[in-house]
Amino acid sequence: MEEITKKYWKDYQKEIADDNFYYERSCIRQSFFPGSEAAFLKILREILGKNVIDDPNQHTCTGIGYHSDIVPFDTTMTVVARIFSLMKDHGVNNFIPSCVTSFGIFNEVVETWNHFPEEYEKTKHFLKQATGRDFEIPQNISHASDIIYKYRKELKEKMPYRLVNRHTGKPLRVVEHIGCHYSKLFAKKSEGGMEFSKVLVGMIEEWGGEVVDYPERRHCCGFGFRQYIVMANRGYSVANTKKKFESMQPYKPDFIVANCPGCAMFMDRWQYTIAEMEGTTYDDNKMGIPVLTYEEMAGFLLGFNPWDLGLQLHQVQVEPLLDKIGIPYDPKDKYVGKSGNFLGEPEKPENLITVYGK
Amino acid sequence: MENKKSVLIIGAGPAGISAAKSLADDNVNVTVLEKEHSFGGNINNWAKLFPNFKDAAEVKSQLVQNFENNKNIKILYNKKVTELKKHNQKWIANTSDGEVFESNATILSTGFKVFDAKYKEELGYGIYPNVITSVEFERMYKDGKIHTQQGSVPKRIAFLNCVGSRDEKVGNHYCSRICCIAAVKQAIEFKELYPESEAFIFYMDIRMAGQFYEELYRKSQEKHGVVYIRGRISETSSTIDKKVQIKAEDTLAAMPLRMTVDMLVLMVGVEASETTTILSKQNNIDGPYGFAKSIDIHTADNYSNENGLFLAGSCKRPLTLTESIADGKSAAFSVIDYLKQTK
Repeated sequence: MEEITKKYWKDYQKEIADDNFYYERSCIRQSFFPGSEAAFLKILREILGKNVIDDPNQHTCTGIGYHSDIVPFDTTMTVVARIFSLMKDHGVNNFIPSCVTSFGIFNEVVETWNHFPEEYEKTKHFLKQATGRDFEIPQNISHASDIIYKYRKELKEKMPYRLVNRHTGKPLRVVEHIGCHYSKLFAKKSEGGMEFSKVLVGMIEEWGGEVVDYPERRHCCGFGFRQYIVMANRGYSVANTKKKFESMQPYKPDFIVANCPGCAMFMDRWQYTIAEMEGTTYDDNKMGIPVLTYEEMAGFLLGFNPWDLGLQLHQVQVEPLLDKIGIPYDPKDKYVGKSGNFLGEPEKPENLITVYGK
Repeated sequence: MENKKSVLIIGAGPAGISAAKSLADDNVNVTVLEKEHSFGGNINNWAKLFPNFKDAAEVKSQLVQNFENNKNIKILYNKKVTELKKHNQKWIANTSDGEVFESNATILSTGFKVFDAKYKEELGYGIYPNVITSVEFERMYKDGKIHTQQGSVPKRIAFLNCVGSRDEKVGNHYCSRICCIAAVKQAIEFKELYPESEAFIFYMDIRMAGQFYEELYRKSQEKHGVVYIRGRISETSSTIDKKVQIKAEDTLAAMPLRMTVDMLVLMVGVEASETTTILSKQNNIDGPYGFAKSIDIHTADNYSNENGLFLAGSCKRPLTLTESIADGKSAAFSVIDYLKQTK
């Protein structure tokens, strides 16, 4: 008779490493939220004093191709093995992927190797044959959001701002969205369990905000790989996102935060699409509900310049949120690049207002 | 001087009480140790009983009829047995308050506990106030009103079968046997109280194996309009007005389903009680899922592998109240046989 250990969801704990990390960047995050990964590295290195390897030789995990049925699993395992071999070169063994899809991929591959040792041997052989390299399975795989969650109290001490409306003194109402591949593939890999993960809730509540529990909280953001990547399915993708927004709208959230870059992107960009398609926005001011990555949320609370965080690249503009909290920003710098040159302003959509106050 | 044999019964639920009565009637000295402050075990969780809606309190009082005149029975309350072992042909039981009881034979009638629905986190028990268990429904019914946390009568109620039963995810593969009929009973009770409200039962299979169960199932549909949906609920959440949103699959219609109800009742399954598991392990009679194991389910179901240690009621597996009472009597006769042989 199989003995199982029963635990309540709130008691689900996972081991999160505390130093000497190998950071696996995300294709989506660095493309659409380029300030987020820079902010994460700055938080870990400069504020928490951690050793993090940001390796220029790293490459895709194959996640998007794998979940789109383009990349076979044998290839994915070998590519993952190569990333682990790069980590080995740097002498660290705590792996932190930026992307939630990657987090799912790495865990799926390692679980496969644990359950099917012959697959592990096969992958070792493939990698050796293709690259001459060896690899080791990481001692710990945590998502980058786990690290911020783990150090949320320490970070709070350094934060000049809180998730509080400075005009009313009330906590900001925050919709948290957990990427499916963070918690739904392996419940034990999710801080707080599958259904009510604590990873973002812990940050929001520690930093002064209030979590909105709305009916479609656990529903897919709409990405869903084949829902979006196969063009014929994109209506399905938008429909899923719309379902979420309709469900959260009555709660009047101040913003949305996600730990998955794909979720953040789709919930941000589809608000523009829905507004253009049918003129619907889900806030009172026709500006949309700002969608943040957790690095952006942590970054501006720590006093990072919002434009260095890349918030100007969001579809839904964030100035109303920054004003609610009292975070200073210079509107003139919004579209000024690192070189100091004006980069030009993006085209304005018709229905989603982007100019604050107009 | 009379040298009467003594029997210790652990647990004063229906099985333990009926065993005690049968033994005492046969002039055996019986001591019953009950961990709670009153007898009856899980019968205390019921208002009315299936399939005939008999008052549970009435059955409870019938169980102890004429007990006060029976000098052979002693029931001691707040006695939790923590250790049970055999020593020199005697059974020695230690309780948590340091008392020691010695007997010639012992009956384990330690009953069951209900599944803790919090383990099924997707169902939202303990998180959303209008998700309750069947035990809590029963308690409300006893008080005369089924109400949401906001105090209103539910216009729509759903019952979900197999919560903690037939569920590989929680490690309970077995059927708890009483939940299907209990859901039918509770849905009828609800509809009798509030005929204008709607009642839904989500199920995997409807298992109506007892006498009059099938008739009750039919009556619930024909007379009371209870709606049965074949499918398990995969997710619950709270709406802004504190209703419960359900996601499920209607497997007969082959369609996903999303609906909102005012209250969701989880039909919690039967699990081995903590004392059953502990005492069974101590005596190497532990069976599957923490229940106690009898020698033979057909021919020696009240006997354990340990001489002088007998089993009664749902410490062995999920049993109905009717079966538990009969099983207690059966255990008593097995003990009487044993005592005769050990003279």
